[in-house]
Amino acid sequence: MTYRYQDYRPPLIGTGPRYLLLALVVGLAIAAPLAVYPLFLIKVLCFMLFAAALNLVLGFAGLLSLGHAAFFGAAGYAFAQSAKIWGWPFELAVLFGVAVGAGLGLIFGLVAIRRQGIYFTMITLALAQMVYFLAVQAPFTGGEDGIQNVPRGMLLGLVDLRDTGVLYYVVLVIVSLGLLFIRRVVHSPFGHILGAIRENETRVTSLGLNVARYKLLAFVLSAALSGLAGALKAQAFQLASLGDVSWHISGEVVLMVLIGGIGTLWGPLIGAVFVVMIGHFLAGSGLPVSLVVGVVFMACVMLFRRGFYGEMLLFLRSALRRVAPPSQV
Amino acid sequence: MTEIFGVPLAVLSGQVMIGLINGSFYALLSLGLAIIFGLLNVINFAHGAFYMLGAFVSWGLLTYGGLGYWASLALTPLIVGALGALFERSMLRRLYGLDHLYSLLLTFGLALALEGLMRWIYGAGGKSYPVPASLQGVYNLGFMVLPIYRAWVIAASLVVCVAAWAVIEKTPLGARLRAATENPRLVTAFGINVPLMLTLTYAAGVALAGLAGVMAAPIYQVSPNMGSSLIIIVFAVVVIGGMGSIMGSIVTGLALGVLEGLTKVFFPTASALTVFIVMILVLLLRPAGLFGKGK
Repeated sequence: MTYRYQDYRPPLIGTGPRYLLLALVVGLAIAAPLAVYPLFLIKVLCFMLFAAALNLVLGFAGLLSLGHAAFFGAAGYAFAQSAKIWGWPFELAVLFGVAVGAGLGLIFGLVAIRRQGIYFTMITLALAQMVYFLAVQAPFTGGEDGIQNVPRGMLLGLVDLRDTGVLYYVVLVIVSLGLLFIRRVVHSPFGHILGAIRENETRVTSLGLNVARYKLLAFVLSAALSGLAGALKAQAFQLASLGDVSWHISGEVVLMVLIGGIGTLWGPLIGAVFVVMIGHFLAGSGLPVSLVVGVVFMACVMLFRRGFYGEMLLFLRSALRRVAPPSQV
Repeated sequence: MTEIFGVPLAVLSGQVMIGLINGSFYALLSLGLAIIFGLLNVINFAHGAFYMLGAFVSWGLLTYGGLGYWASLALTPLIVGALGALFERSMLRRLYGLDHLYSLLLTFGLALALEGLMRWIYGAGGKSYPVPASLQGVYNLGFMVLPIYRAWVIAASLVVCVAAWAVIEKTPLGARLRAATENPRLVTAFGINVPLMLTLTYAAGVALAGLAGVMAAPIYQVSPNMGSSLIIIVFAVVVIGGMGSIMGSIVTGLALGVLEGLTKVFFPTASALTVFIVMILVLLLRPAGLFGKGK
């Protein structure tokens, strides 16, 4: 039997309870608009996908990018431009956003992968800042105002997206598909090689694999999914703005992954809920988001580096071991 | 009027001047980053925040304490350096044994928190800091008018940079630092207090950023986001120069500042992008950086 590198330990709970929990989460996601207003939920969903996409490179390939806002924000602009100015339908405009994210990811990747470790991080940050400056100066982005009043169209000419409640379910389906795709990638042979690169890059090279190509593909996939998240957010809020390209967003999404649990599939989703909620509750308080985000960041690095999900798993595992010692190792 | 490539000499030299000023700050900040990275193996994302803090401390000393420019030029680096030492002792130190990722994220969080804190207290708007009386006025060089304060900033930062280089490369203290960079355990075995050296190095690097902040206060607006907008460019400078050599980071900083100034004359819209474009070119042609050694 082969063990996957990220869950080589025996599963915590059996298959039955696992599906029960999953069904609970799905039920919660379907019923959520009854309790919380849909636009907020869509925002949470978009950031879940964005964080999970970042985690694909950060958690599973060990590449810390501080430039992911560029893909997210640029895809937002691409969506807004194509949907509003060129009058493209929803599906095409979203695909265009994804393509722009992937294209930028390819450019970033080709440049940044030439260096490793902290240099990689600094290069992604610098390239994203370059995209930010371009967005400030380019004529079509609308500068400080952004592209406003992006129309909401029809999905495949059938489903009316002007109803935010309907849009929520459309986004829920798309984001779920994106997350399933990430899960598939992580568990594929490609995902295993990424994990090996994270653990020992030299070793993977010595096995005759082209490390740079694997990293580049992971980076482009991550950028494309970030673009998908950015395009969906632009549709929901009918706005593409400079804020989504800024380095603060890159930082916030890293925090989502960190606080949820780097290298876990559920962690980024939990982190996204948490960080978006922080932003929401601070909006009325006058306290700057960056102050709170920064302090949470530091607390997280100092106190629980495995994140909510990682620490919870660790706690449950040790608790279970005390109750029932494992029969097998 | 004298012209070069169809551009009046006064305009050209004015932009080179601005480029040299920016370049001085790039050099001071990338020098501090290189010193910290060399010994601690930490990339200090909070460097820009400490630079911003330096400007605010200097503004605060004047506004609340009535202390002028020269006093704050001496006091601010000490205050900022002490804050840096406190941060290193209480938090950064605990992460040395772990993946570099965590120290990077910690300093990133600190940068966000400091920027947010200052915005919370003082608002997003800028505060102005007057040019000290002894440095007001201009030199008339015939082909251009040179404000004395700007000449002072360029000269002072050059002196500081060269002094820092001399301390590291030419003194016994610097020799110990370099030895600790190569092999900390061996240096500990020789009876040198390496943990204290790490704290002092971080404090010194951060104090350089604070000093840059004091010098920047009369030129730029003192504002919470002055650090973050500068530090990202400095990271690009560091990628271009490579952090292997102290002199390399000084030269790269100044050269890129001037190049940026010249771009402003010929392609005004591209000037903000200059450093990033150079970074991409260098990465494609010479991935290790101009003065870099290996990875």
